[in-house]
Amino acid sequence: MSTQEQQPEPETEPETEPETQESPADPEMSGLASPQQRRLQRKAANLAERERQAAEDESNLEEDTVHLKVFRFDPEVEDKQEPRFDDFHVPFERGMTVLDALIYARDEYDSSLTFRHSCRQAICGSDAFFVNGSQHLGCKTQISELEQPVRVEPLPHQEVVKDLVVDMEHFYEQMHAVEPYMQQEDLPEGELEEMRQSRENREKIKMSTRCIWCAACMSSCNIAAGDNQYLGPAAINKAYRFAMDEREDEEIKEHRLRIIEQEHGVWRCQTQFSCTEVCPKDIPLTEHIQELKREAVKKNLKFW
Amino acid sequence: MYEHDVIVVGAGGAGLRAAIAAHEAGADVAMVTKLHPVRSHTGAAEGGINAALREGDDWELHAYDTMKGSDYLGDAPAIETLAKDAPEDTITLEHWGMPFSREDDGTVSQRPFGGLSFPRTTYAGAETGHHLLHVLYEQVVKRGIQVYDEWFVMNLAVSDEPDPNDRTCHGVVAYDVQSGKIDGFKARNGVIIATGGPGQAFDHTTNAVSCTGDGQAIAYRAGVPLEDMEFVQFHPTTLPSTGVLISEGVRGEGGILYNEKGERFMFEHGYANNDGELASRDVVSRAELTEVNEGRGVEDEYVHLDMRHLGAERILDRLENILHLAEDFEGVDGLVEPMPVKPGQHYEMGGIETDENGKTCIDGLYAAGECACVSVHGANRLGGNALPELVVFGKRAGYHAAGKDLGEAEIETGYTSDVEEETDVDLPVTPGEAGLDPNPEAVATDGSGQALDAEDALERAVETERARTERLIEKDDGVKHADIRAKLQEAMTQNVNVFREEQGLKKALKAIRECRELYQDVYVQDPSRTFNTDLQMTYETRNLIDVAETITLGALVRNEFRGAHWRLENQERDDENWLKHTLISWNAGKPSIWYRPVILEGEDKTYEPKVRSY
Ligand SMILES: Cc1cc2nc3c(=O)[nH]c(=O)nc-3n(C[C@H](O)[C@H](O)[C@H](O)COP(=O)(O)OP(=O)(O)OC[C@H]3O[C@@H](n4cnc5c(N)ncnc54)[C@H](O)[C@@H]3O)c2cc1C
Ligand code: SF4
Ligand code: FES
Repeated sequence: MSTQEQQPEPETEPETEPETQESPADPEMSGLASPQQRRLQRKAANLAERERQAAEDESNLEEDTVHLKVFRFDPEVEDKQEPRFDDFHVPFERGMTVLDALIYARDEYDSSLTFRHSCRQAICGSDAFFVNGSQHLGCKTQISELEQPVRVEPLPHQEVVKDLVVDMEHFYEQMHAVEPYMQQEDLPEGELEEMRQSRENREKIKMSTRCIWCAACMSSCNIAAGDNQYLGPAAINKAYRFAMDEREDEEIKEHRLRIIEQEHGVWRCQTQFSCTEVCPKDIPLTEHIQELKREAVKKNLKFW
Repeated sequence: MYEHDVIVVGAGGAGLRAAIAAHEAGADVAMVTKLHPVRSHTGAAEGGINAALREGDDWELHAYDTMKGSDYLGDAPAIETLAKDAPEDTITLEHWGMPFSREDDGTVSQRPFGGLSFPRTTYAGAETGHHLLHVLYEQVVKRGIQVYDEWFVMNLAVSDEPDPNDRTCHGVVAYDVQSGKIDGFKARNGVIIATGGPGQAFDHTTNAVSCTGDGQAIAYRAGVPLEDMEFVQFHPTTLPSTGVLISEGVRGEGGILYNEKGERFMFEHGYANNDGELASRDVVSRAELTEVNEGRGVEDEYVHLDMRHLGAERILDRLENILHLAEDFEGVDGLVEPMPVKPGQHYEMGGIETDENGKTCIDGLYAAGECACVSVHGANRLGGNALPELVVFGKRAGYHAAGKDLGEAEIETGYTSDVEEETDVDLPVTPGEAGLDPNPEAVATDGSGQALDAEDALERAVETERARTERLIEKDDGVKHADIRAKLQEAMTQNVNVFREEQGLKKALKAIRECRELYQDVYVQDPSRTFNTDLQMTYETRNLIDVAETITLGALVRNEFRGAHWRLENQERDDENWLKHTLISWNAGKPSIWYRPVILEGEDKTYEPKVRSY
């Protein structure tokens, strides 16, 4: 149910006190489409806008080069110990993504330019960067949609290892903290018999299972920035994925709810929607967090 | 130095499954992987996993389809093992929480797939591989299995007997990408290689940047033969700028292929008068390339896949993910314009020679997944047959390495003196080691006959890699690995693609030789020890050279048309001469080619080669 949705708030300072209540229903929001639909609408609007601009932009770019400004840092190399930005001018090609441009810059101009990447198709989650001021997957971001120069920086709020590479250890720890594995022990007896799951239930968890562990959400979250122990949107979404899966028994679900309603869990979330905005897999993270809050309340797990 | 019972190299579907099995069998197991597990390319698989689960289907039908699909180059014991174990191993995934798509009664859904006589492709939306990978990783987390992630395995530590069949693998040498530390990992029981495919040998591929054939190259240089490497599957519809795969679904729904002149060439130029766009992958790929070669390609590079006539509603309903792919990765809106597509490398059927238990001819060395060739896919892999291979043979390798008894294997491994050798191939250049390397082979095995104990083998392997790395980083100028890789990829894509002819293959061998020579002068520009991807990629490029050479050598000797391998000089399947596997042994730097007959005798029947027509 999405009656308690809130609109993305304008940038507010993160509060240090955890939210102790469910977010009130926002009158402006009532009657609005679900985040999923909003995203689709936004995409359609973007598309129309892009078509209008495409002609001029692309013909401009076609002969042109892409101007990249890339963050550089290496703790070991003398002239890179002070973080700096390097400029690269890369010939534009139709369909070029931020990742393509970075690969070109590395292979043609500077082999020491360092960034993670692998699949080139938004499934390995390696290449979330801070592009022109927000979190994007490099491989999924078309250069033609960006203003130049294109500024590429490592994900904010994570320690930089080198250039665009950040330390992911903390993110992984938070993911592991929610016991991210099926705990159902009681399995069907029959040979080759699966657990049953209704289509509706699968549909319910579907979006939550699409997470690729890119950490864009965590990096965009003000609360996570202020509270290092906050589980963060991705881990809570992972918990949601299991808590809502009907294949696990009720007691296991309660155990899961206890994990996420701890001090640095769901109640920290202030429904700013920044995570939902940046998630490259369109996972309605804020909604999932809200739903877990409601579940926890329903289960009387939280006494105020 | 680290020490465990079992070391698994690689953490895609095969590696994760192997680690879980070894752990279940009581071993202290650790994974060493250059990518964090969830970054592995298994995540890219979309279509599904084949398993005979339902009434009306059984493992024998699955085995039959697989044998036929392999164009009779798969080994029956391997194929039957796959077909028998796949159902249980698929249900195990479900029990571990895999979110398979469901029927109304809550059971897992299955769908039809090319070459299957029963709809047995079990799937989880259009992202089966993603879920398989994550579910397996979850089980690894649950069991607390140690993962050394972002550790790049540079080499194996193998003892030094002259005959590879007498050698023992004692562990691996790896490089901690984050800190630059190089260290040894001793394996008390065994090492399982699960490093995936070598798609980066081609410049246009559906494979990830990390698919560089590392495991194949290090096993090969340690003395394990590579089998059937010439069999490379190309996919006809990949996006030109990235190689991202556009699934068969588009053509299945009625998508049409056009050349630059707007001709529906599959029919108008007679490539497949019955099936048109729905002809098999290799037929469509060759048709597209012919169009481009004959000057009818768009921008001399690709053709158009048009689905606009299906209407926005149907496209949004059934093919929405395709719209996103085209938009995100090619900047094309499939609702208003046709999508550019061209053939791309997709899957390597060949690999490290193993038996049904994942064992290679070297004691303590195993392989599983796309890097291995137990031989289930033979000359051509059926869609949906790679994922079951990962879990079935990953599990078996894990069990066996941990000491569990799986029974005697029927498939033989390793070179023996009674095999048929290739003696009269005319090579334009000498393949193998360039011989200019001032600091020769890194592998512990030079066949010099000093049998080494575990500690010696590891120490020596670690020292060799440290010295090699030092040299690469200290060197001030020379050739960049990226330039060598580009040259290699271009030669492979030009000459070892869906069209293969003697002259082209020889050209490729010459180019590979030039790459080897250039590689003698390679240097790493980045002086840092911290996250030096320049160094890692320089290692990978060397692996690609060795693997590309085996693909090309295999393609040159196999003068017939079987499965994915087409030869201009002999466009027919030649069962009289070629019902046999191609094996290539490194032989301390002097590759030799030999053959082993295919095993067509199954458990209780013999598979008779039939024409592969659908
Ligand atoms: C786009 C696409 C779609 C596909 N769709 C299907 C499908 O629908 N059905 C199907 O059955 N098959 C499909 N396949 C094929 C199948 O997905 C792959 O063959 C399979 O996933 C390979 O798994 P793997 O575990 O062998 O290797 P990978 O998943 O590639 O994993 C390799 C692992 O090895 C590690 N590694 C590599 N080198 C080193 C090194 N030097 N040191 C340390 N670690 C190393 C990597 O970090 C990684 O963890 C598809 C393939 C592609 C590309
Ligand atoms: S929830 Fe979305 S943004 Fe966060 S890690 Fe997962 S895929 Fe990335
Ligand atoms: S490279 Fe894999 S998500 Fe971008």
